Amino acid sequence: MDNSKKTISKVLLSGNEAIARGAYEAGVAVSTAYPGTPSSEISPAIAAYGTAKVEWSVNEKVALEVAIGSSFCGARSICSMKHVGLNVASDPLLTVTYTGVKGGLVIISADDPGMHSSQNEQDNRHYGRFAKIPVLEPSDSQEAKDFTKLAFSISEQFDTPVIVRMTTRVCHAKTIVELSEPETMERKYSFEKNPHKYVMVPAFAKKRHVIIEDRLNKLKEFSESTELNRIEYGIDKNTGIICSGITYQYVKESFPDVSILKLGFVYPLCESKISEFCESVKNVYVIEELDNFLYTEIKAKGINVLSKPDKFMLDELNPDKVHEILTGEPKEKISNIPPKPPAMCPGCTHRGVFHTLKKMKFTVVGDIGCYTLGSLPPLSSLDTCVCMGASIGMLHGMTKVLPEKEKQNVAAVIGDSTFFHSGITGLIDIVYNKGIGTILILDNQTTAMTGKQEHPGTGFTINLEPTVSILPEKICEAIGIKNIKVVDPYDLKSIQGALTESLNSSEVSVIVFRRECVLKGKKKKASYAYIIADKCVNCRQCLNIGCPAISNTTPPVINMALCNGCGVCIQICKTGAIECKKI
Amino acid sequence: MQKNITKTKNILFAGIGGQGIILASEIISQTLFEAGYDVKKSEIHGMSQRGGSVTSEIRFGDKVYSPLIPNSEVDFLVIFNDTELERNRIYLSETGEIIRFEESDIDFIQKEKVKNVYLLGKLAYFLPVNKELWLSVIKDMVPPAYLEENLSAFINGYEKQSKTTNK
Repeated sequence: MDNSKKTISKVLLSGNEAIARGAYEAGVAVSTAYPGTPSSEISPAIAAYGTAKVEWSVNEKVALEVAIGSSFCGARSICSMKHVGLNVASDPLLTVTYTGVKGGLVIISADDPGMHSSQNEQDNRHYGRFAKIPVLEPSDSQEAKDFTKLAFSISEQFDTPVIVRMTTRVCHAKTIVELSEPETMERKYSFEKNPHKYVMVPAFAKKRHVIIEDRLNKLKEFSESTELNRIEYGIDKNTGIICSGITYQYVKESFPDVSILKLGFVYPLCESKISEFCESVKNVYVIEELDNFLYTEIKAKGINVLSKPDKFMLDELNPDKVHEILTGEPKEKISNIPPKPPAMCPGCTHRGVFHTLKKMKFTVVGDIGCYTLGSLPPLSSLDTCVCMGASIGMLHGMTKVLPEKEKQNVAAVIGDSTFFHSGITGLIDIVYNKGIGTILILDNQTTAMTGKQEHPGTGFTINLEPTVSILPEKICEAIGIKNIKVVDPYDLKSIQGALTESLNSSEVSVIVFRRECVLKGKKKKASYAYIIADKCVNCRQCLNIGCPAISNTTPPVINMALCNGCGVCIQICKTGAIECKKI
Repeated sequence: MQKNITKTKNILFAGIGGQGIILASEIISQTLFEAGYDVKKSEIHGMSQRGGSVTSEIRFGDKVYSPLIPNSEVDFLVIFNDTELERNRIYLSETGEIIRFEESDIDFIQKEKVKNVYLLGKLAYFLPVNKELWLSVIKDMVPPAYLEENLSAFINGYEKQSKTTNK
C-alpha cells in the first residue's frame, strides 16, 4: 500500500496484512510459510516490509522447523499456515512446546470454518490444549496486529511457542488499523549450547515436561490478568455471552445490549474471570464457531453455562445464526438458487489430461490443488481427495489390494507444488516397496490455487530472486524410476499415448505434464478458437470438457474474450468445426 | 470528512471470479474510509475465485461490527454478472436498490474490462461521498496504464446514473 503522500497512522488492512504489520512492528527477523487459503497473503506482506528474512518453505513442517532454528538463535520468528498445515507441522509443534524458545516464536493458524477453500473445517484451538501452549484469537484487523505483537512478548516471557488462531472472516476482512512504529530490535543472534533445553531425549524431556506443566499454570494466571480477556457489561444483565474471535463482532451486531465476556486469550482459560462474569449475569451462553471448545473447558471447571444447539457445530457463524442461537428464531435466509461452482479456467493445462483420463476410464487418486476441480462435472474424473501428497501413498495402497485387472487402471494425480510439499516421500515408498502404478505430475510451474506462489520448481524465491529450479523428473530418476515421460498437456494424442504405455507397464511410471498455468505472468494471447456454425453438427462433445469459454447454446459458441487458445476443443471436435485464429 | 450516516449501510457485490470485483471493492472501501467512515469489507479468496460465484460485502457507518451483512439488510445490490441477480435478490432490504448493467448502458462503455469501475460509478451516485474523492482514490489504486479508461468508465457510470435517477 502506498501511504507515502499522506502521513496517516490509520489504514484499512485485511487481517492477514495486519498480522504482517504486527510482525513487522514486533521486529520479526524470520518469516516462513507454505501457501494455503486463507493464510497465503501473510508472508508476502511481511516480505514487502523488507526487514525480515522471508521464505516459502517446501511444506509447513519444514516452515516450522526453520522458524524453530532461528528462534533458538534468539530471532523473533513467525510461521504461517492454514489449519490443515498445522497437522503437517504438528510433529515439531508437539516437541518445541517442550524445548521452549529463545526468540519469540509465533505460529499463525488460519482456520477455514465453512470450508470456503479447504478439505475439512477442523478447529485448531484444540492444538493449544494438545501442545499446552497459549492461543490468541483476534476478532478484527486491529486485534490481529496487536495480538501478533503481544504474542511475541508472551512467547519470550513464558518461553513458549504461541498460536494466533485466525479464521477466514478475520483473514480476509478489511478493517481499520492504527499503526505504530516498529520496535528497535538490536539483538545479536547466537546459539548457546544447552542440551537440557534443546535436546529432547527422554532424560531431558522428562525434566522439561515438569516445566511445561508449571508454565501452563503461569499462563493461567496471565490469562486472568490480561486485558485480552475483558468483560463488557451491557444494559442487559440477564443475558451474558462468552465469545471469541469473529463471533464477538456478530454478537455485537445482533445484540448490542447484552453483557459480553470477550476472550482474546482462549487457552489456557481465565477461570476466575469467567466465574465472576457468570455470577454477575443471570443466563450465560457460550457462542463459538465450530467445536464447543470454550464450552467444554468452562463446564469442566464446574461453571454453569449454556451451549449452542448441535447444528451450529457445522459451518461458519454469521449475525443471523447468532441471533437464532440466542432467541431460537431462525432468521437466516438462504437462496434456493445454488451458486455457480468454480471451474478450471479457459486454457487450463489440466483440462486435456482429465478429459483423457475419463475417456480411458481411469480411477484417479487425487490430491490438493486446482486439479481437484477435475472431480466436478462434466469432467468428473477425479475420484479421491484427502490431504496434501495423499495421492501417491493411496495409489500404492489401492494397487496392493485391487484385483489384477482393476489395478492397472489406477493413476495418481498430483500438482508440482504438492509433489514438492509431500509427494516425494510417497513416491520413494512405492519404489522401495516394489509397487506399480501411474503417477501423473501436473506441472503448471506455480502454486496455482492459492494465488500463483513460487515453489522449488519455479526458479524464483518469494522475493523473486532467481534460485535453482528443481525438476520433478530428475527426482524420479534419482530414486530409480525408469519409465518417465514429459508430455505437453495441450496435446491430446500424446497424453493418450503416454497413458496407454503406462497401462502396459509392470513398474511405476511417471508422466510429467508440463506447461505454465494460464494465470501465471501476463501472457499476451496468441490465438483463440471459434466454431464454424455450418460445420457444427451439434454433437455437444466440446461441452464435455467443461470450458467456461464455450457456451451451452445451439450450436455452441466460443467467447473469444475468454478463450486462451489452448486448442483442446479443436482436437475434440470430430467434424472439424472448430478452428484457430491467430491474433 | 463527510458524515451524514449513522446507521450502517450495506453494499453487496455479486458476480463471478475474474470480473474485477475485488478491485472494485478495494476502491469503494478505501474511498469510504478516506471519507471518514468506519468500514469493513469481506470476501472469499481461493477456490471460489476459479470462475465460480463471488461476492464482496462492504459495510460503512459510524461504527461497524460484523464484516458480514445481516440477512435482508442489503441497501445496494451491485450485479456484475446477470446470472447472480436472482440468487442474491432475497438479501435486498425493502428499500434497497439494484445496480446492474442494463441495455441502456452499452453505449456508455468502451471495454468489457472496465465494466466493474463503470458499475462503481453508477453506485457512487447514491453514496454520500463527493466525486472528487472517488477519482483521487481511483488514481491511487489503478495502475497508470489503465487509469484513463477506468476514470472515464467511472465518470460515465456516475453521470448515466444521475440522468436515469433524475428523469
